[in-house]
Amino acid sequence: MSTLVAIRHGRQGYWLSAPALALYLGLLVIPLLLTLVLSFNVFDYSSGINSDAYTLDHYSSLLGDPYFYEIFLRTMWISALTTLLCVVIGVPEAYILSRMGTPWRSIFLILILTPLLISVVVRAFGWSLLLGADGLVNQTLQAFGASPMKLLYTPFAVVIALVHVMLPFMIIPVWTSLQKLDPAAEQAAMSLGASHFTVMRQVVLPQIMPGVLSGTLIVFGLAASSFAIPGLLGGRRIKMVATLIYDQYLSELNWPMGAAIAVALLLLNLLIMLSWNRMIEGRYKKSLG
Amino acid sequence: MAFVQLEGLGKRYGEIDAVVATNLSVEKGEFVSLLGPSGCGKTTTLQMIAGFVEVSSGRIVLDGRDITHAKPASRGLGVVFQSYALFPHMTVKDNVAFGLRMRKVANGELQQRVDRVLKLVRLNQHADRYPRELSGGQRQRVALARALVIEPPVLLLDEPLSNLDANLREEMQFEIRRIQREVGITTLMVTHDQSEALSISDRVVVMQAGRITQIDAPYTLYEHPRTEFISGFVGKANLLPGERDDAGVVQVRSGGELILSLRPEKIDLRDAGHGRLQGNIVSRFFLGSQWLYGVSTTLGELSVVRRNDGSAPLTEGTAVGLDWDATLLRVLSVDEVPA
Repeated sequence: MSTLVAIRHGRQGYWLSAPALALYLGLLVIPLLLTLVLSFNVFDYSSGINSDAYTLDHYSSLLGDPYFYEIFLRTMWISALTTLLCVVIGVPEAYILSRMGTPWRSIFLILILTPLLISVVVRAFGWSLLLGADGLVNQTLQAFGASPMKLLYTPFAVVIALVHVMLPFMIIPVWTSLQKLDPAAEQAAMSLGASHFTVMRQVVLPQIMPGVLSGTLIVFGLAASSFAIPGLLGGRRIKMVATLIYDQYLSELNWPMGAAIAVALLLLNLLIMLSWNRMIEGRYKKSLG
Repeated sequence: MAFVQLEGLGKRYGEIDAVVATNLSVEKGEFVSLLGPSGCGKTTTLQMIAGFVEVSSGRIVLDGRDITHAKPASRGLGVVFQSYALFPHMTVKDNVAFGLRMRKVANGELQQRVDRVLKLVRLNQHADRYPRELSGGQRQRVALARALVIEPPVLLLDEPLSNLDANLREEMQFEIRRIQREVGITTLMVTHDQSEALSISDRVVVMQAGRITQIDAPYTLYEHPRTEFISGFVGKANLLPGERDDAGVVQVRSGGELILSLRPEKIDLRDAGHGRLQGNIVSRFFLGSQWLYGVSTTLGELSVVRRNDGSAPLTEGTAVGLDWDATLLRVLSVDEVPA
């Protein structure tokens, strides 16, 4: 205790956390600042980036062009839908998992986590094989006499692959808050006359809301900035913000524009996640402490 | 017919019998404790009555109605759990009102009943607090109030006091008894604490390895334990060898084939050379109101409890004589169930 207090009051603490601070500064803060500065630099297709001149042009074209609105809007609804589906699938899954017996629980938990060991790119290719024009799904449809459907390069493909990738990030925090639940509370509710549904809605769900909240924040944040899946499964037409930034940097070579879009995405993400956090946490903070 | 009737109630988990053909009748308004060491099946029995554990064999009859396979929600019993199982996201008031809301009780009556029961458990000052803001004893009262407010026919208490510290436990024992008397509710309590069972129950049911081995009023149980196990589990007991003399009176005899039980407080200490048995004090423990002596004799080491009457206690090494009233010896039967 006394050592802790000494560290807290002395300068020692800063030295001890210096490696972490350096990492944070070098890998996050400085690149972000450089990006921010870059987003104000003047760009010209003939002469490239002029790092001495500053302008607000990129932001004004971002705000003025419906093309960007469409992509931002698509990114937000795809992320929101992915988050919603992750809640709908992940919360019951975590609950069932937490009620399983000893050998099965660990086996299924590992099964849920194993996809994380496979690269997102590989999994995206897996989905494109399944959903492609003559992929497994369409072959099956045709075998039953149905006409093939366009699945790949649609928002549907992007959402389904995102849900697949993000599900563990929803299940793990929910599972953690389920661990803290007293199973006797459910029995108590039942003995007081509650149905299974009421027990879930009034006893279990309110108690795991903190876990659901962290899950939605993680999933939404990752989905809104996802690159590989929309890039590979959305194709050229279903662009999301991250793929747009990539295009600006590497096809258009308009780095300042790319930087401006990146800053805008960051701000929008922060705004949505912070207000969501406030809204949900405010409701449950008082009771759950 | 009794108010609560267990008829040949049994529970098997795979190859293991948790509870074997248990018969028990509980009268209306009675306070019955199920007492036994952990793993004896007492909690399983309670959970079968509550409906949380499926019954393997036998019947449970409540007030003439067979509830063996009824859902917990339809039994309408009040249950208090060892962990209290309060809803942490609800205030005390909402916790207590939960059962009434499930019963769609009108708001005015609901408020009234919640207020009344909170007054009964002396928590009306804390109605708007959350469980985490309460002490262990207060949480216990909330759990009790939540179970009582629905006016259940039977109250089931599962080790209700085991999470409280010693002082509070004693206080809550009397509190539970007071409330039970006041409401007049039929109560079944599971406990592994013999003093708890003795102090507040009308009858105590001793369970051992899934079976009931004795059902008696606390005093009878203490004074007339049936088996060796019960005599040691309910209170302390000295086990002595003995036999019947020609007149049929039980006497302590070295090498006798009977097992006799003699409570430590029933032994008198005399001067050396007097009494029925001679020995030396080998240990001495101060229990506040009493002294607990270990006396080594030719029949083994015996425990003797003497009231702390203010006089100087005997020191270790003192030679003493032991005496007792022969009518206080109890013949025990050998345990029929392996402990």
